[in-house]
Amino acid sequence: MPNQKYFQYVRKDRLPNVWCPGCGNGIIMKSFIEAAGNLGLDKNKVAVVSGIGCSSRVTGYLDFNTLHTLHGRAIPFATGVKLARPDLEVVVMGGDGDMLAIGGNHFIHACRRNMDLTVILFNNTIYGMTGGQYSPTTPHEAIASTAPYGNLENNFDPVKMAISSGATYVARSTVYHYTQSVKYIEEAIKHKGMSVVEIVSNCHTYFGRYNGMSKPAQFMEYFKKSTVTLSKAKTMSEEELKGKIIIGEFHNDESRKTYLELYEELSEQLGGVAK
Amino acid sequence: MAEKVMVKGTEAIGEAAIRAGCRLYFGYPITPQSELTEYMSRRMPQVDGVFLQAESEVAAVNMLYGAASTGHRVMTSTSSPGYSLMQEGVSYIAGAELPVVFVNVVRGGPGLGDIQPAQSDYFQATKGGGHGDYRLVVYGPESLQEAVELTAKAFDVADKYRNPALILADGMLGQMMEPVEFPEFRDLSTLPDHSSWAMQGAKGREPHKITSFDINEYVLEQMNLRYQEKYKKIIENEQMWEEYKTDDADIIIVAYGTMGRIAKTIVNMAREKGVKAGLFRPITLWPYPYEALAKLADQAKLFFTVEMSMGQMVEDVKLAVNGKKTVEFYGRTGGVVPTPNEVLAKLMELI
Ligand SMILES: Cc1ncc(C[n+]2csc(CCOP(=O)(O)OP(=O)(O)O)c2C)c(N)n1
Ligand code: SF4
Ligand SMILES: [Mg+2]
Repeated sequence: MPNQKYFQYVRKDRLPNVWCPGCGNGIIMKSFIEAAGNLGLDKNKVAVVSGIGCSSRVTGYLDFNTLHTLHGRAIPFATGVKLARPDLEVVVMGGDGDMLAIGGNHFIHACRRNMDLTVILFNNTIYGMTGGQYSPTTPHEAIASTAPYGNLENNFDPVKMAISSGATYVARSTVYHYTQSVKYIEEAIKHKGMSVVEIVSNCHTYFGRYNGMSKPAQFMEYFKKSTVTLSKAKTMSEEELKGKIIIGEFHNDESRKTYLELYEELSEQLGGVAK
Repeated sequence: MAEKVMVKGTEAIGEAAIRAGCRLYFGYPITPQSELTEYMSRRMPQVDGVFLQAESEVAAVNMLYGAASTGHRVMTSTSSPGYSLMQEGVSYIAGAELPVVFVNVVRGGPGLGDIQPAQSDYFQATKGGGHGDYRLVVYGPESLQEAVELTAKAFDVADKYRNPALILADGMLGQMMEPVEFPEFRDLSTLPDHSSWAMQGAKGREPHKITSFDINEYVLEQMNLRYQEKYKKIIENEQMWEEYKTDDADIIIVAYGTMGRIAKTIVNMAREKGVKAGLFRPITLWPYPYEALAKLADQAKLFFTVEMSMGQMVEDVKLAVNGKKTVEFYGRTGGVVPTPNEVLAKLMELI
């Protein structure tokens, strides 16, 4: 009998999911469910917003207020939800293409505003849904269906991007590091202000097939081998860190006010009602 | 002419564009046309052309805008939601009078819709889409061979009038495979000379101005009137359509693109039942062949428009027929392609 503490958050009638067997999306979804269960989240008090992509299909399976929106626009959509219903815990989930390419502008602006959102970035370094085109996180020289000779472009580091844009909680994990993922998601949800959790994931179907890792297990091996913790990374040189995935909590600053807090203060000053 | 080769629709359009002299492509993946973007990523570096996958359709259309202002042949391809995102740029490009070729492989809408073939972007394609009094030359191919020929034509017409052109395909055309005969590669030195307007340095002459803007309403009105003069010429010179068994027809089916192709089968099925049906298939959706269609209003008893939409082109059919005869409509939407049998059944009900 599945544990109701977690299973209450799943739309059982929507299963099985559409993802390829072994896709990291399922692991990230489970990490979120476990975090939600640990925090005892009231499903009516949570809104999960996603864009379009394989990862964004997650809102079909989660049993909260869920909003499956436009490609790239989940963050502004979520901003609208949060401002209309500040009492809700608003979580945004989606892919690297969705949130950093077409939605990249929205991503940095939500960080800049310190909007009280929890963003979970499913970073499989490729456009899964449309068939393996390169994304803003595809490594330089990797093969993709629109980079048949190797990717000429350089990739974003979403963690650095989030921090420098003003997000106040920023962490990274991988689908191999399940326990850490759960913990960071919990912290992100509890955090007041814009929080971003990047979870590096596998699309073995496209990224893997083009780059010699067509089996999910190969990714697990890779994530296990190539990951270093933030504290360890601090002792390593640039050279040693090449090709490594650094995981950990990179930034946690609750001192900065969120957009909503500032707005409520203004409202009070002017004698208005914020909600 | 080369021999026929089997190709997928999206790739046929890509190869046709390259052979027509297109050397810059900017696009953003979207089903059901991502294969065209992928094809260009593979082919462009082989022909000394440039490919770039933009970060969004908004970026892509503005890359086109910039590249087109240098006088080079440029193209993008997308599908419905992506084309919607491009509309701001389409309007600016039309206002700046730049030759750009767009390809919209239409899928079911509105909103995210689905990835199945549809014709529900007809209004957007032919009646505006973006803001302002502007027009795009719009082609609706029915087969891959025709798509190849119209792609080449779209570049020529875009250059000739300094006006954007649009290939309005659908998911069926994009995804099907068919034997196609490609034209030879266009010798780039024979491409039209754009030195009278393109951004090519201003040393020793007056600067060129590429803009859709003037703060003075009277000047802007003059610019608009100039566009309208151009549109008039396009209407005079560029209309294309096909008539199939219309000679003795008293039922005229009107359909375009994939639906037009299916309608040929319907015409033949109707004729087997003794119904004298014929097909009028507009190939340019703008300029719409109103007069040619109007001519049939004298002989026909009934016009029957069939679309993969809830009725968009039918408004142009009504404009052409102008009340002289009844115009009926049948359509399926959301990506459902009407079968010949269901359309025929509807036709038999009407007569
Ligand atoms: C305006 C618009 N452009 C393009 C698309 C097509 N599209 C759907 S998902 C996607 C990218 C998916 O990549 P990512 O966000 O990384 O998600 P993944 O599938 O990898 O989880 C694209 C380009 C779309 N739906 N809408
Ligand atoms: S295509 Fe890639 S991202 Fe999409 S479900 Fe399959 S493995 Fe996952
Ligand atoms: Mg992705």
